[in-house]
Amino acid sequence: MKAMNIVNAVNDALDIKLTEDKNVVVYGEDAGFEGGVFRVTEGLQKKHGVERVFDSPLAESGIAGTAVGMAAAGLRPVIEMQFCGFIYPAFNQIISHITRMHNRSRGNYKMSIVIRLPYGGGINALEHHSESMEAIFAHIPGLKVVVPSTPHDAKGLLISAIESDDPVLFLEPKRIYRAIKQEVSEEKFSVPIGKAKVLSQGTDVTVVAYGAMIREVQKAMVMAKEAGYSVELIDLRTIYPLDKETISASIKKTGRIVFVGEEPRSFGVGSEIMALANEEAFLHLEAPPKRVAAFDVIVPYPRGEHHYMITPDKIFYEIERTIKF
Amino acid sequence: MFDQFDPAEDKMLQVIDNNGIVISKELMPDLSDEEMVKLYKDMLFVRTLDFMIVSYQRQGRVYTYPPNIGQEAIGVAAGAVLRHEDWLVPAFREMGAWLAKGVTMKEIFMFNMGFEEGLKFTEANHVLPFSVPIASQLIHGAGIGYAIKYQKKDEVAMAFVGDGGTSEGDFHEALNFAGVWKVPVIFVIQNNQYAISVPVKMQTASTNLAVKSVAYGIRGLKVDGNDIFAMLAAFRYAHEYARKEQQAVLIEAVTYRKGAHTTSDDPTKYRTTDEEKEWDKKDPLRRMKFFLEKKKLWSDAEEERVTGEYKKEIDRQFIETEETVQYPLEDVLKYTYAEMPQDLRDQQIEHEKFLQWKNARK
Repeated sequence: MKAMNIVNAVNDALDIKLTEDKNVVVYGEDAGFEGGVFRVTEGLQKKHGVERVFDSPLAESGIAGTAVGMAAAGLRPVIEMQFCGFIYPAFNQIISHITRMHNRSRGNYKMSIVIRLPYGGGINALEHHSESMEAIFAHIPGLKVVVPSTPHDAKGLLISAIESDDPVLFLEPKRIYRAIKQEVSEEKFSVPIGKAKVLSQGTDVTVVAYGAMIREVQKAMVMAKEAGYSVELIDLRTIYPLDKETISASIKKTGRIVFVGEEPRSFGVGSEIMALANEEAFLHLEAPPKRVAAFDVIVPYPRGEHHYMITPDKIFYEIERTIKF
Repeated sequence: MFDQFDPAEDKMLQVIDNNGIVISKELMPDLSDEEMVKLYKDMLFVRTLDFMIVSYQRQGRVYTYPPNIGQEAIGVAAGAVLRHEDWLVPAFREMGAWLAKGVTMKEIFMFNMGFEEGLKFTEANHVLPFSVPIASQLIHGAGIGYAIKYQKKDEVAMAFVGDGGTSEGDFHEALNFAGVWKVPVIFVIQNNQYAISVPVKMQTASTNLAVKSVAYGIRGLKVDGNDIFAMLAAFRYAHEYARKEQQAVLIEAVTYRKGAHTTSDDPTKYRTTDEEKEWDKKDPLRRMKFFLEKKKLWSDAEEERVTGEYKKEIDRQFIETEETVQYPLEDVLKYTYAEMPQDLRDQQIEHEKFLQWKNARK
């Protein structure tokens, strides 16, 4: 075991896969020599060589599109998009090819591609550096969308993602890249894609969250505990495919559901959770399902971001309102 | 060859003229009489198959189809150069190359009849499915090039695009990646003068399209795309260069789309018959036929006989395809993911329950 933060854990997973599988290559803007702007790939080029861990030209469509060719030829590229807000030039390659080539070729070409994507706000960044647009990607048939919230899950999920024969969008909550340290096994292990995790058992309300919001919910739960509420917290870990079984079982148990996300609220991941609650647990509900999510606006610049970010007290407020409904 | 036909000087590689007379003997590819006849027959086959599919479309037996007529020399020459292990990254108008790589007629029919199954290319090696989003496939070519180099394989990738595609950002990203990475990829622009209705002069202010190679530090070549010998000479040279030097090449094949963009298009709306007649003189089959006739290797009688055989076989296979293809519900769902998510299974089960209800009502 070794104390790791999410940056260390992602680096460790890449290192393990680079070591055991010659088909794995890692590239992106600044991802090679420098180790990425967040230093996630630091040291990997030195250890595994410039042919396997490298800087690409500054072109997101090119990065994603070359991964299609590489995967068709049998490689397992792990590509980095520097920030969530920079992924849009690659969108055509993602929606037109990465997620379709398997279907289009009737299974002839597998797209074993991982797109690593630092996402989320709360870091006082420039425009285009704070977005949480996971719902856009979860909506695309052919893609799996994964978001760890802990170093352990970051490592295990990334290993699963690299080994997946389907393309995986691997969202990295950059706000908590270095915020949490955890003892993580240095051995290879995997966390399955498509399985949520019940982080805390509770009886009054189910809270579903993921990524950087888990920590905020946990802070709200301290307030909830003081107020005498028993909260069940589910970390989604995978957005698509959604672990409907775990979520609906929990809603049936508690009778209440609050979703917490930093995404724009409308048509989001939270909306899907609301639909799930209604479709799968309608007769068990004792309060209306509730979304706590960001405004449907562009993430404000740093001085306005405090108006925008989901805070523990806001989460507690909505938990209490739902329980008292 | 690259220096001799420097695209910056707007030079174009040509071997025979419009009357099939050899004008650059030193560039004539080394070919036996049989090989020459085969090249012609391959072009004739593509033209016949293309013609038949257009007529099937008119009969309502296939959906929208983009005809190859006028551009046969490019695909056939590419097919003659690509080896089993080489990669073909198609756009959608290079039928001669598909067939040479092992794509079957039945697959072409299935695709045009509306079955993805036609893109499985069961007997072809290293062929990507046809690509509709313009120019996006060129980047896949650069990625394949990287994989070839990384895996130390003796392979070459050939990726196709049209003249309109050179305006897309992906065209530039692909050439740039391939240039920086120094990978064995031949990018082929079929400059057929039109992107649907928009003429090439409205796509670019460049003198020609091959000259765009200069900006990416790769070699470029402008070739008469209606001259099969010129195309073959250029492809052979580029193939050897890409393999040996591990470098990308850009080839502009100057041609003319004699037919419509697709069967839904009407070219009379945007071009003149005078222009079409001018290009008829440069028709790739016509030119090669003149050449072969002078060498007494081909005749009208032979052409009639062979075309008749082709039509019969094409129609036989088309009818066989029509009679056998099926599209079960399962096929809609099972290919989106390599590992099918439970939720998608549940969606299938839910729909099947509806179908049971529907059938019970009958």
